[in-house]
Order: sequence, then structure tokens, then C-alpha cells
Amino acid sequence: MLTKRIIACLDVRGGRVVKGVQFVDIIDAGDPAELAHRHAAAGADEVVLLDITATHEGRGTLLETVRRAAAKLFVPFTVGGGVRTAEDAEAVFTAGADKVSINSAAIARPELIGEIGASFGAQAVIVAIDARRGERGAEDAEVYISGGRKPTGRRVVEWAREAEARGAGEILLTSMDADGMRTGFDCELTAAVSEAVQIPVIASGGAGSAQHFVDVFGRGKADAALAASIFHFGVTDSRELKAQLAQSGVSVRLPC
Amino acid sequence: MIAVIDYKAGNLTSVVKALKFLDVHDMVVTQSPEEVLRAEKIVLPGVGHFQATQLLKDLGLTEAVRESIAKGTPFLGICVGLQWLYEGSTEAPETEGLGHFASQCERFPAVYQGADLKSPHVGWNSLEQIRPDSRLLRGVANGAFVYFTHSWRAPVSADTAAVTNYGGAFTSAVERGNVMGVQFHPEKSAEVGLRVLRNFVEL
Repeated sequence: MLTKRIIACLDVRGGRVVKGVQFVDIIDAGDPAELAHRHAAAGADEVVLLDITATHEGRGTLLETVRRAAAKLFVPFTVGGGVRTAEDAEAVFTAGADKVSINSAAIARPELIGEIGASFGAQAVIVAIDARRGERGAEDAEVYISGGRKPTGRRVVEWAREAEARGAGEILLTSMDADGMRTGFDCELTAAVSEAVQIPVIASGGAGSAQHFVDVFGRGKADAALAASIFHFGVTDSRELKAQLAQSGVSVRLPC
Repeated sequence: MIAVIDYKAGNLTSVVKALKFLDVHDMVVTQSPEEVLRAEKIVLPGVGHFQATQLLKDLGLTEAVRESIAKGTPFLGICVGLQWLYEGSTEAPETEGLGHFASQCERFPAVYQGADLKSPHVGWNSLEQIRPDSRLLRGVANGAFVYFTHSWRAPVSADTAAVTNYGGAFTSAVERGNVMGVQFHPEKSAEVGLRVLRNFVEL
């Protein structure tokens, strides 16, 4: 049986993994390559590395980081942040990534999805969508870009459909409303997107407990869920999280 | 010497990296039929479109592989590399496969047992009904999880070494004599995947 995936996410800035504390203060959490290995060893099904600043001068650092992280990583490895052209993507793949995640650049020029897919296959292209809906219904959630700073006027469900039609292999859906709140994923929004497309949907934003994952895999119809800070709040690692999910009847990769 | 065939399909890096991790140093990444003929083992990686395998024929690699297989050289096809061992795929009907195994690869059905079936099949799924005589899957337990990402799959036949269930059973590993293939990505399947690659390297 196809299992639900737990994906460990590393936010990288200037070549180091960082984590926000109370949404503002950024503290250093360690070396990306080392943490990527630690997450894989602790049972994560995949590892995602997001260059959250993606500054031009940081590009060299990122590629070196990707190379080091990928060298001994034998689970799928996604890199995102600052991939704006097919050439950027190629450099990231050459450094050892299996998939790239594109966000603002795909909105700016949707052809990019197909261009990367043509060379590396659709399975290698994840379109990341940052969604905000406030009090509106899930169908009216709006796509934001530039790290959540700029509204686009586009509806999330429609953009997800277009991304699929243009050849995206997966959708990484982050609820900006839920992000950092630890009150659970936006299951309604995740289900709306998951039902609108045939490709897998990765839910992100809001995880605070194992029950939140049970909810998003059930009601939210997510195929995978991204976890970052949850590992700092009561759940020690993917293996422990999966053990709790298995007890709740969620199909997960165990032993791992 | 292990020849890893480069036919510009997806990314070779991860397969080469995994082989290096297993202490394989005598390895060439090649498009040369001569090197393929000289190799002691052949790996055909692949991810992406079946159409890409057309290049194998155009470069004379199909004939080189056929000849190598005939003289007993162990061969491992990964993902599209497995599918290429069959007669063809509905993904690119005009492109011929090697035809070592009978039948065509087909797309997952959009609906299975009355429910929508997502495609591609992405993620960790289990190996079942592992054939006890499989040399490639030696030491791998029934139910072991491996990583898949594909939309087309090979049917189950007498040469099937393991099946996986998604929209019905399909061939996740095939093996007859020295010719082997896996639909999953051993280079991305953690310990289980490394075990499969090690089994092949140590043949």
C-alpha cells in the first residue's frame, strides 16, 4: 500500500539551517548537510532544503550545501528557493537534488514548469503555492508570492490546476494562515486542492501535534506532509511521529 | 567494470553516487557501445519519458546491450530502464523497447475499483510476493518499502520478481537469469535500496 509521506524541511539562510522562534528571532540550528542526514536516519521519507533568502551571492553557498547534503543522502531530496530558470534548476540537479521546488518564478513565467520537466521529467518539478484565505472559503484562497509578501489575485485551486496541466509533478501547498500557529493544517484548503488535481499534494503549515497529521491525511486528503518545527515541540523525530500515526491507522513507512 | 548508460534521461548523479557509496570505483558513465560490450555489468538508470530510450537505438546501444546480455553480462534497468526491457510502452508507442520481456507497459488507470487513482504513483510502497530465488532481492523482506515515482508500469508475468499494489498489482522487480529491472529507485530507497544495489554489484 502506498504510504503517506513525512517530509522533513530545512530552512537555510547563508548556508546554515535556521529556525524562527516566536516567528521573529532567527536562531542557528546547524549545518544543513548534517541535519539532512540526521533527518533521513531518523525516519524522514524525504528531505527538503529551502533557501529562504536565496540571495544571489548565496547561490554558490547553496550549491555547495546541496552537494554536501546529497553526497550520502539516499532518500528523495528536494531543493527550493531562488530557482528562476531552467539553468538554475540544472545546477541544483547537478549538485545532487532529485526535485526542485519553484514558487514565485512559476507564477512570473509558468512556462518554466514545462521547461524543467522537459529535461528532468515532471516528477522532478514541485510547484510550491503559498496560500492565504483569511475568512474566505477554501475555493477563494489566494496565491501569494515573494515569500508571502505579494498577493497575486490568483485563486489557489485554479493555479494548482494550471500547474498540473503545465507538467508539475507535485504541489507543495503552504497555508499562510496556519503557518507557525501550531493549531493544525488547513485541511479544508488541502482537500480542495487535492480534489482538484491528480498529482500528489504535500501539505505544509500549522503542524503542532501528531493528530494534526492524522487530520490532514484523512480529512485533508494530503499525500504527504511537511514538518519542520514540530520536531522541536514534543515530537522528537519522524520515526516517533510515524509510530503515533500508525497507531491512529495511517499507513506509513515503518520500520524506517 | 560497471557501465552506467547515459542516454540523457533525467539525472544520473544519484545512481552513480549510490554506487560510489557502495565502494564501486571501477565505473564508467558512457554512451559508447564498445564500452558497454566491454563492461562486466551494465546499469540503465532512467526517470522521465519512455521516448528518451529512442536514443539507445540511435546510438547503437540497444544492439550492444542485446549482445552483452546474450553473453551473460548482468544487466540492471531502473524505472524507465525496467520498462525498456519490455516490448514498448503506450507512453511512446513509436519507440521500441528491447523486447526481452513480453508485453507492453501501460499507464495506471484513472479509476480503480470505483475510486479515482492519482497518477503519478509517488512515494514509498511495499514489495510483495518476492520470488525466493531472486538474486537481486536477496535479503529483502516481503513488505519492505521502496520509493517510486512513475505513471506507467509493467504487467505481472512469470518473470516478475516482486509486485507492488497500486491500481492493482504491477511488476516492481523483474528478473530472468542475468537480466533484471526495478520500477522503484533503489538509489532513493534508503537501506533497502542500497541492499538491492549491493546485491547487483556483488553478482
